[in-house]
Amino acid sequence: MHAALAVIFLTLFSGGGFGLMALIAIINDLHIDGGLSPSQTLIGVLLSLVFVTIGMLSSTAHLANPKNAWRAFTRWRTSWLAREGVFAVSFYPFAIGYLVWVFLTGAPDARIGLTLASIAGLLGLITIFCQGMIYAVLRTIRQWNTPLVPANFYAMGLATGATLLAAIRVITGGNASIFIGLAIALIAAVALLKGIYYFWISRPAGPTIHTATGFNRSTVRLLDQGHTFGTFLTEEFGHILPQEKARSIKVLMYLLAVVVPIIALGVSLGAQSVPAVIVAAVSIVVGLGLERWLFFVEAQHVVNLYHGRQRC
Amino acid sequence: MRLGLVIDLDTCVGCHACAVACKEWNTSGTTAPLTDYNPYGAKPSGVWFNRIRHYEIGEYPYNKTVNFPMSCMHCENAECVTVCPTGASHKRPEDGIVLVDQDKCMGCNYCSWACPYGARELDRVSGTMKKCTLCIDRIYDMEIPEEERQPACVLTCPAHARMFGDFDDPESPVSRAVRERGGYQLLPELNYDPTNHYLPPRVHAPIPTEGLKKKAAIKVKEWVNRVIER
Ligand code: SF4
Ligand code: SF4
Ligand code: SF4
Repeated sequence: MHAALAVIFLTLFSGGGFGLMALIAIINDLHIDGGLSPSQTLIGVLLSLVFVTIGMLSSTAHLANPKNAWRAFTRWRTSWLAREGVFAVSFYPFAIGYLVWVFLTGAPDARIGLTLASIAGLLGLITIFCQGMIYAVLRTIRQWNTPLVPANFYAMGLATGATLLAAIRVITGGNASIFIGLAIALIAAVALLKGIYYFWISRPAGPTIHTATGFNRSTVRLLDQGHTFGTFLTEEFGHILPQEKARSIKVLMYLLAVVVPIIALGVSLGAQSVPAVIVAAVSIVVGLGLERWLFFVEAQHVVNLYHGRQRC
Repeated sequence: MRLGLVIDLDTCVGCHACAVACKEWNTSGTTAPLTDYNPYGAKPSGVWFNRIRHYEIGEYPYNKTVNFPMSCMHCENAECVTVCPTGASHKRPEDGIVLVDQDKCMGCNYCSWACPYGARELDRVSGTMKKCTLCIDRIYDMEIPEEERQPACVLTCPAHARMFGDFDDPESPVSRAVRERGGYQLLPELNYDPTNHYLPPRVHAPIPTEGLKKKAAIKVKEWVNRVIER
């Protein structure tokens, strides 16, 4: 698949933003490690809104005809893309409401504020699920058509949110050991789930050029694809990543998204080091951006079978 | 009604006439135009509703060239419609034709991801998704003679490799052809239940080309040819 930067940014940033909001709600609801101070809550919710907004804006950049974008909310009964839009937009009033509430009252753990936060967090989590399902429902792309996709999206959104939260806590000078521990655990979950996913998609399965053409008992070779230069189909679906290159990019991805953040977070665990948590936060965002790119480039749409690929 | 096409892989000669007729008709049809990019440049490209590919089936000497036209299959389980967030993509309940409403589409490409058969192409100039309309502006046109109320690709095919009709009617020519010739659907494992069916090539004994004994008439013909050449 063609990896459009706009779509990469959409799930990368909005996923992190929703994960952050959900964690803020959980931590203030349950008063984990004393809860967040009013200023920490303000920074966190603001950052979450900024991340979600970056994601949403870049998703409209992907549209070829954005003047009809408002119609995308209408088919929520059938389309996960429409559902994602509906839940993402309904996230805003509650998240902004909580932001305003904390700003005015300075009481992030009052009942009204917590209700707003919990609803925003829940809507964020539902949106992450919708984002995963956008890909997971496509039977045309074997690498996406698995429940591992929404599971991965959850792990990545929450790990990004937890890293950001730990960074906020350290920078504002609170005791962050529990938050850092949470972030490290969630990053480990990303590494594990992503590992299972890569194992899963490396197994040969799915349609072949034989089922695509109906000639099941003989070899099928493409003689001519009928066009001299690229078409929409080859530009959108034709990309292929050589195995060795994919492997080295995966190593880089694990390094940036998992190893560097865990080490940096570990360093700041004892030292409360501000640069270290910033390194962790930047590194996980860049690393997961790479993961998003791989997610697209490794996806093999079945239409490639008609262009001569033997299996997808 | 369940309208669609039958493609005869036995007789298709791979001339691309259907693709050209399709382009010609539809570029002024309901979802017109079928934009061309850089048509006189170094790398011309553009929107087509119908594409023909060519395959070699089997190993020499039991091999065969098969020409393979593909357009929208007007699937029963049209996931392209299910996933569309705007409602631009729809399947008409009365005849099963899948269409894209050009006034509603926002060009998100999602439906093209959901189509296994490469039937949808984004028009990069209008920013909307386009696809085969089953020539909806011909088949219901009461102004033209009845025998011409057929898709442009079907009318133009010089090998009669394309048939149009109602698959819900068991006695329609398309249903009969599928029944009698073992017509099949592509990628059945994906369960889109495409309406269009493909008729497999008939099985012939291979025609020998080597070590043949020449007939007397051919010998005379070759001798005449040689004499005339001098
Ligand atoms: S062939 Fe593709 S575009 Fe046509 S109905 Fe089926 S899934 Fe939709
Ligand atoms: S490109 Fe248009 S028709 Fe296709 S899913 Fe998006 S809005 Fe619907
Ligand atoms: S039915 Fe009409 S639109 Fe569809 S491929 Fe044939 S000519 Fe083109």
